[in-house]
Amino acid sequence: MTNPDHDHHHHDHDHSELSETELRVRALETILTEKGYVDPAALDLLIETYETKVGPRNGARVVARAWTDPAYRARLLKDATPAIAELGYAGRQGEHIVAIENTRALHNMVVCTLCSCYPWPVLGLPPVWYKSAPYRSKAVKDPRGVLQDFGFQLPEGTKIRVWDSTAEIRYLVLPMRPSGTEGWSEERLTELVTRDSMIGTGLPKQPHEVA
Amino acid sequence: MEGAHDMGGVAWSDPVRPEPNEPVFHAEWERRAFAITLAMGMPGGWNIDMSRFAREDRPPEDYLAKSYYQIWLAGLERLALERGLIAPDEIEAGKQLHPAKPVAKTLSPDGVAAMLHRGGPTERDPTRPARFAVGDRVRTKLIDPPTHTRLPRYVRGHAGIVERVLGCHVFPDSNATGAGENPQWLYTVTFDGRELWGEATDSGLKVSVDAWEPYLERL
Repeated sequence: MTNPDHDHHHHDHDHSELSETELRVRALETILTEKGYVDPAALDLLIETYETKVGPRNGARVVARAWTDPAYRARLLKDATPAIAELGYAGRQGEHIVAIENTRALHNMVVCTLCSCYPWPVLGLPPVWYKSAPYRSKAVKDPRGVLQDFGFQLPEGTKIRVWDSTAEIRYLVLPMRPSGTEGWSEERLTELVTRDSMIGTGLPKQPHEVA
Repeated sequence: MEGAHDMGGVAWSDPVRPEPNEPVFHAEWERRAFAITLAMGMPGGWNIDMSRFAREDRPPEDYLAKSYYQIWLAGLERLALERGLIAPDEIEAGKQLHPAKPVAKTLSPDGVAAMLHRGGPTERDPTRPARFAVGDRVRTKLIDPPTHTRLPRYVRGHAGIVERVLGCHVFPDSNATGAGENPQWLYTVTFDGRELWGEATDSGLKVSVDAWEPYLERL
C-alpha cells in the first residue's frame, strides 16, 4: 500500500484542527472527572512520572552496569526482567523484557510495526519517529536505509536483525561499549548511552563527545 | 484485522525523521490524553488488547489522518461510549449530563506508583506442553480475521525458525473480543529477509516476530 499524499498527515496539523482536539480532550477530562472516574491529581502524577522519572536514563544505567559487571551482563542477557528490576526498574510496558546484544557481526534493531510497543521502564515513552509510519513500515524491510536516515552506515559485513515487538515482550538493545573507555566508572559510562543506541537506531556516543 | 495500523513493509516515501532533543509530549492536550487513557483502564475495566483494537479499528484514511495521541483519544472515547460510561451528548456539551455508572475502582494519586509498578504481566501457567521447540521450522498461517490479531500481514504465509520459546501468554485474538485470556504458547519466530521480501533483499537481514502457537503450523 502506498500513500503518496500522506505528507500533511500525522504531524502537521493546522491550528483549527489542533484546537478542536484540545477542546475534545478538555471535554472528555471534564466529563470523566465530574463523573468521578478520574482524579485530576492522579493524572498530574502520571504525567510527572513519565516526564521526569521514567526515561532513557534508566536504560543507560542498565547498559553501563552490563558494560562494567560481567556477572550482571550475563544475568541481563539470560533473563532481563529480573536483572533490570535489580536496578529498580519494572512494571507497565516492561513486564517481560528481553535484552539483545550488539556485536561486530550483528546489529539489532527494535520496532513495533502494529502500534508503538516500547520498553517504558527503561526507555520512557517512545519518540514520535518510533511511532511514525516511515519507521514502522521501513524498519522490517530496509533497516540499513533507516540507519542512513539516522545518519550512520553499518559496516558491510555486519548482519542486521530486526525484532518486531508483536507481543508483550519488550526488547532492549545492549550496544557495544565504545573503545577508549577502559577504566571508566559506571556512572561516567552512562553518559555515553543514548536512547537510540538502546533501540538500535544509533550508536553510543564516543568518549570525545562527552569529554 | 486489515488496517492501516499494520505497516510492516508498506511503501513510504518519507524518511524517518528523528527530532533532536524531543520532548516527552508536544502539547498540553497530549499530556492529558495520555494520562486519562492510563487512568481510565481501572474504572473502564477493558484490557490492553481491547484498547489496541479500539485504536486500530477505523478506516485507513481516519487512522492515517490522526496523530498518535489523537488515535489514543479516539480509542478511549470509543471504549467509554461502548460501555455507557459517557454519552455522545456529553462529549458535545463538554460536561456531565447523565448520572455516573458505578465502577469497580478508580485510580487515586496514592495508587499511581503501585499501578505502574504492577503493570499487566501476560505470562500464565501452561496447561499443556509447547508444540514447538527452538530450531523447529514453522510456517505462519494465512489468517485475516476481521477482529484483532497480532500476526502482521508481512509475515503471513511465510516460513521461519523458532528462535525462542517465550512461555504461555494471554492470546490477544481472544482477549480483545472479551472471549477470555485463552493463554497460548508464544515463540520468537525468525525469518530470512529474502523469504519475506524476495531474492534482491540484503542477505544479512533477519526479522522476527513474536507469534502465538495458533498462528503457526509445522513445516
